[in-house]
Amino acid sequence: MAEKIFTRNFDRPNSHTLGVYRETGGYTALPKALQMEPSAITEEVKKSNLRGLGGAAFPTGMKWSFIPKGGTAPKYLVINADEGEPGTFKDRYLLERDPHALIEGMIIAARAIDSHTGFVYIRGEYVEPWRVFSGAVKEAYDAALLGRNIQGSGFDFDIVVHRGAGAYICGEETGLLSSLEGKKGWPKIKPPFPAIKGAFGQPTIVNNVETIAAVPHIINRGAAWFAGLGSKTQGGTRLYSVSGHVVKPGVVEAPVSVTLRSLIYDHCGGIRDGRRLKAVVPGGSSAPILTADEIDVIMDADGLKAAGSMIGSAGVIVMDETVSIPEALMVVARFYAHESCGQCTPCRESTGWIYKMAHRIVDGKGRKEDLDTILDVAKRGAGTTICAFYDGAVGPYVSYIEKFRAEFEALIPRDA
Amino acid sequence: MPKLTIDGREVEVAPGTNLIEAARQVGVEVPHYCYHPGLSIAGQCRLCMVDIEKNPRPQIGCNTQAADGMVVHTQTERVLETRKSIMEFHLVNHPLDCPVCDQAGECWLQIYYMRHGLYDPRMVDEKVHKPKAVPLGPHVILDAERCILCSRCVRFCDEVTGTGELGIFNRGDQSEIGLFPGKTLENKYSGNVIDICPVGALTDREFRFQVRVWYLDTARSVCNGCARGCNIEVNHSRRRPHHNQGRRIARIKPRHNPDVNQWWICDEGRYGFHWIDDDTRLLAPARRTNGKDGQLGWDEAVADLAAALRRYRPEEIGILASPQMSNEDLFALQRIAGQLGIRAVDHRVPPRVPGDEDNLLIRADKNPNRRGAELIGLTQGETRAILDGTRQRRIKLLWIFQHDLLDSGLPAADVTAALAAAEMVVFQGPTANATSAGAHLLLPSAAYVEREGTFTNFQGRVQRFRMVVEPLGEAAADWDILGRLGRALGAPDPVLAATRAEQVFTGLAGHVPAFAGMTYRALGDAGLTVKA
Repeated sequence: MAEKIFTRNFDRPNSHTLGVYRETGGYTALPKALQMEPSAITEEVKKSNLRGLGGAAFPTGMKWSFIPKGGTAPKYLVINADEGEPGTFKDRYLLERDPHALIEGMIIAARAIDSHTGFVYIRGEYVEPWRVFSGAVKEAYDAALLGRNIQGSGFDFDIVVHRGAGAYICGEETGLLSSLEGKKGWPKIKPPFPAIKGAFGQPTIVNNVETIAAVPHIINRGAAWFAGLGSKTQGGTRLYSVSGHVVKPGVVEAPVSVTLRSLIYDHCGGIRDGRRLKAVVPGGSSAPILTADEIDVIMDADGLKAAGSMIGSAGVIVMDETVSIPEALMVVARFYAHESCGQCTPCRESTGWIYKMAHRIVDGKGRKEDLDTILDVAKRGAGTTICAFYDGAVGPYVSYIEKFRAEFEALIPRDA
Repeated sequence: MPKLTIDGREVEVAPGTNLIEAARQVGVEVPHYCYHPGLSIAGQCRLCMVDIEKNPRPQIGCNTQAADGMVVHTQTERVLETRKSIMEFHLVNHPLDCPVCDQAGECWLQIYYMRHGLYDPRMVDEKVHKPKAVPLGPHVILDAERCILCSRCVRFCDEVTGTGELGIFNRGDQSEIGLFPGKTLENKYSGNVIDICPVGALTDREFRFQVRVWYLDTARSVCNGCARGCNIEVNHSRRRPHHNQGRRIARIKPRHNPDVNQWWICDEGRYGFHWIDDDTRLLAPARRTNGKDGQLGWDEAVADLAAALRRYRPEEIGILASPQMSNEDLFALQRIAGQLGIRAVDHRVPPRVPGDEDNLLIRADKNPNRRGAELIGLTQGETRAILDGTRQRRIKLLWIFQHDLLDSGLPAADVTAALAAAEMVVFQGPTANATSAGAHLLLPSAAYVEREGTFTNFQGRVQRFRMVVEPLGEAAADWDILGRLGRALGAPDPVLAATRAEQVFTGLAGHVPAFAGMTYRALGDAGLTVKA
């Protein structure tokens, strides 16, 4: 088995406490980072091939380098812990079982971008993760790991924990910032990008929980080590949230070069009850679906891109032969209709429309033109909106119908 | 200054200009809903997509600044297809109730559907239902089903008035415009949200269902409600007296002038036109003897006044001009007074209560032409001295323009005594009031919308207003009445021989240095500022 990084302490009692974290090498990267030049930290992260693990897989070091150097205005580090992508539940494990990895990673990242305030935006439903993480932040303050003059380094850093109120769109980078600012969680038009004008109008980096939790390990063990764990274009291991009809669902840590087949059959024990695999959504609900024949794919950003899907949040939803794909589309369409923020017209109007059509098809009241209408509407709306929400919805709309069209057609009455 | 190419036409624009405005400069319309030049960029409607060379897909024009060397195409096949798609999305849940919608005829959903939509409808499912006919405040009513959620109204209340009454509530296709709890849309500029609403979501509680907009004519004018002189359009129903309850003026809309009122007007100005068609108007010249009114023809009325002006010595005559009168009227009056050597002339009558004022448009001085009256010099006398002189019977003929002295900041007892002491009171103005009730000679003036002229606003900006409708009854423009009087007095003054307001203005430009060089043509639609 490959080396465990994120999950190394998951099964250890009280892994969320400062004491256990320290016993297992915690907070040893911090003093090193506090000695490093900020630009050297960014450089190390660049070389590690760490890519954003929240969904977009953007190279993390490069993102940090977009923050303007110097200046007296505050810069903010914001952690996206609004884990809302259906099929994704890895960040809650990190918050509950390894919160100090996130805190240590935040201090290091903050030093790299010259930020003295970090916000952790935790989704409203995550009560227990919020409780545990808040406790860890208090421990860190009590141990002088946060606050003024950390470890005598002269570096100040504060963490503000902020709870969301339960909207998927608040996991979108700029929707999150709007919400953090106390506004309705509407994504912001770009430009300006957050690195130039983000939270409260200041330069801001928004990173996923898991991404930042990887940072102490990179500093401790070096970029080459981390890069070597992964594929050519993406370093490290990552957490796959595997749900659905596998024998052993749960959070699986594996190198990003793992195949989907290996995840399902080696790590999760294969399909339950000896049934046949039908389809897999590999990267959270927004990722285009893969058929049972398409699972020999490398589970990194480029591998899934080449397969016409995306790694997204690495939420792997496994569907066996008992699943009705039209019903699955209806459910996912209802989700996007309910969660569209309503700001941009194409998304606001067509998510509801497509849900109505999908619902009608499942009800046996489909019309033969409905499938082409859904495909056409989805494709016309794609790429026309402020944020990536709608493109995320288009993933399932188009792939479910294109790959399982006969199943949809079978539900449409012949005389329709 | 970035130089770019739009649809093959080169244009140089100011730095920061977005692609919608840059395209406008070369005569290319980029359709849009949420963008408004007076508001922040929202980027929500997604209709203003244009193709920019070297960009993989169309970009919104509103949030893209013109850059040097940029090559923009607004008519590529994919731009046209995108517009069509966006139009379809805008109309998915729209009720399509145009026949009963007051916006029909000036609705940008209709206009853009015809220009850029024209697809076959594919929506067969039940549309989303939302609140209808919801009063938001005294002037504005909401139909949330027609709303396309462009957020212009929300941004107006946040950014222009700073009152923040409106928000968008709920998510997805359940989103709707509404009032924050405990709020009412009753700021002093609330009517502007009706103008900037591109669809039939926000309509005018007073105007709606009165006239179909295609029966309206329009004329450019200037608001007479305060010293700002907001540029307006006056919409009138001329050919259909059975509409709008017989009233000719149907509504007032703001007209863009970046130096005066931007895109806005206040509600006071917007809704302050009812006097024009109401029954307080003076319709014919009249002579009042022994408490009885006798109607006169204009020739007789003017002869009456001329005789009176000759009967008294100049120092026995007092004139109270009005800053409601146009520059032309005031200049003609100045010529008459000069001709006769009358020095007891003023235009200043204090208001009963001080007017309200704010930092946006509203001025405390509720008169449109105070500055004109000052520049033309109708200030040789002083109102209180004139009234004192009248009370003491030194002034025997009191000629009052428009003012209701009995509803002013002057002590009522002094006014009453003066009016009682005067041997002859002449009242000239468009509407009757308590002061006119005691006059011996009544001369009906045309309302500002019934004639041409100019006002000089508090900034010294001289602005033209056009004739919208014919004068009611026998009413005539003040400069015209004064011209007839001048001829009756035998005054050899070309200004008083004028047959058009423009000729009087030419005289003004020739005699009063502040107006030197100005002509109606040069004033144009935006006006010119007087010389300091």
